[in-house]
Amino acid sequence: MKNQYDIIVVGAGPSGSMAARFAAEKGVSVLMLEKDRDVGYPVRCGEAVSEAGITEFIEIDKRWISTEINNFSFIAPDKSEVILPLPDRGYILERKIFDYALAESAAKAGAEIQTRAYVYDLIFDGNNVSGVKVEIGGEQKEIKAKIVIAADGVESRVGRWGGLKTYTDFREMESGVQVTASNIPVNQNTIYFYFGEKVAPEGYLWVFPKGNNLANIGLGVSGMIGKKKSALVYLNEFMEEHYPDAPILTRVAGGIPCTVTLDRIVTDGLMLVGDAARQINPLSGGGIASGMIGGSIAGKVAGEAIKKNDLSYIYQYEKDWNNRLGKRHKTFDNIKNGIFHFSDDKFNSIAKSILKVPIEKRTLGNIFKIALFNNPSLLLDVAKVFFQK
Amino acid sequence: MIEILPDKCDFCGCCVGVCPEDAIELKEANIKIIEELCTNCNKCVWSCPIEVLKFNRNGVKVENK
Repeated sequence: MKNQYDIIVVGAGPSGSMAARFAAEKGVSVLMLEKDRDVGYPVRCGEAVSEAGITEFIEIDKRWISTEINNFSFIAPDKSEVILPLPDRGYILERKIFDYALAESAAKAGAEIQTRAYVYDLIFDGNNVSGVKVEIGGEQKEIKAKIVIAADGVESRVGRWGGLKTYTDFREMESGVQVTASNIPVNQNTIYFYFGEKVAPEGYLWVFPKGNNLANIGLGVSGMIGKKKSALVYLNEFMEEHYPDAPILTRVAGGIPCTVTLDRIVTDGLMLVGDAARQINPLSGGGIASGMIGGSIAGKVAGEAIKKNDLSYIYQYEKDWNNRLGKRHKTFDNIKNGIFHFSDDKFNSIAKSILKVPIEKRTLGNIFKIALFNNPSLLLDVAKVFFQK
Repeated sequence: MIEILPDKCDFCGCCVGVCPEDAIELKEANIKIIEELCTNCNKCVWSCPIEVLKFNRNGVKVENK
């Protein structure tokens, strides 16, 4: 490891690895720092992605696929179940191995990687971020960089040190908790979503099969709900009711910032990507694919800025991100705010209406029509999703 | 005073993500509240998925490991 790089990436999750890789591919020097001992561990994620979301970056490899998903099941508060064929194939990942593969691809492109490296502050040259202060194996040191890319997750502090407002309003932070349990006899090619006041108010509960009746079962509720009753209590109640004897192999907690991207994700010498930038699909809470897209754009732009010898070029990243996904996430956020305040009666009546449609005719379009019929004010937001470029 | 129960903590960072004051430090499996910055706003307590943070009216603070 040197004392100076063109670009330092803080955090080696999917968005950090993509930032490091796309920057390194421009032929500049890149160091990626990971605070934990292992890349990819601990996993704090439901692990679901659509095929289209990842094949832009990596070829599908059985080593990190748990299951292939073709159906989506929606369970209303009155327990009526609606099954829909997915428009695109999906996967439940083995994130530990997936994250490793992504970091490997960054390494292959020429990035250096250092684990157990805790970044505790930034260094500045005037107002410009010009490197990081990092603790590696108990030793503190300063490493200089022309550009720092913060991919330090939901708990990001790097952006704050650089003067960006990065915290998320507690009402928009979904408090998540998930178990990986065995003996969960569900269809292994179907992902299940439970909605309603009792199960996960202002959020949803998921059951994602991982093969051989192993499943990730988790939920997110907003901080407003957590004020009265924690995510953990909701999950325990669900497990008690549905799978009281299922052995639990893992339990993880996590915050899911279900909100729009931060207003500013670039400042002089610093760029934010992934969860740190709140680049999450606010409707689904999914952040793997969108974080990888954010990371790749940031990496490319940062690499080009170095090549051009024009560091002000990094502001282009903000524009490119907003055009690719940022604006769309704003619309998704509006739809989320509509759905999260649906009453149990509304969920039940939507389920009932959909069940009248034969399964082969249950396209996403038809479902939307039914949901909109039940809540016309969402129409405007949905129209925006389909008609914007 | 906000109190962390470190033995229960999963070090997920949800609390750090909602703290408006940058008053929580998380380092691998180590977490602490930076008391000079904490305003006792309670947002971390409400957001903690697994009830690790508590608002303690008696001002008793459990020492972090």
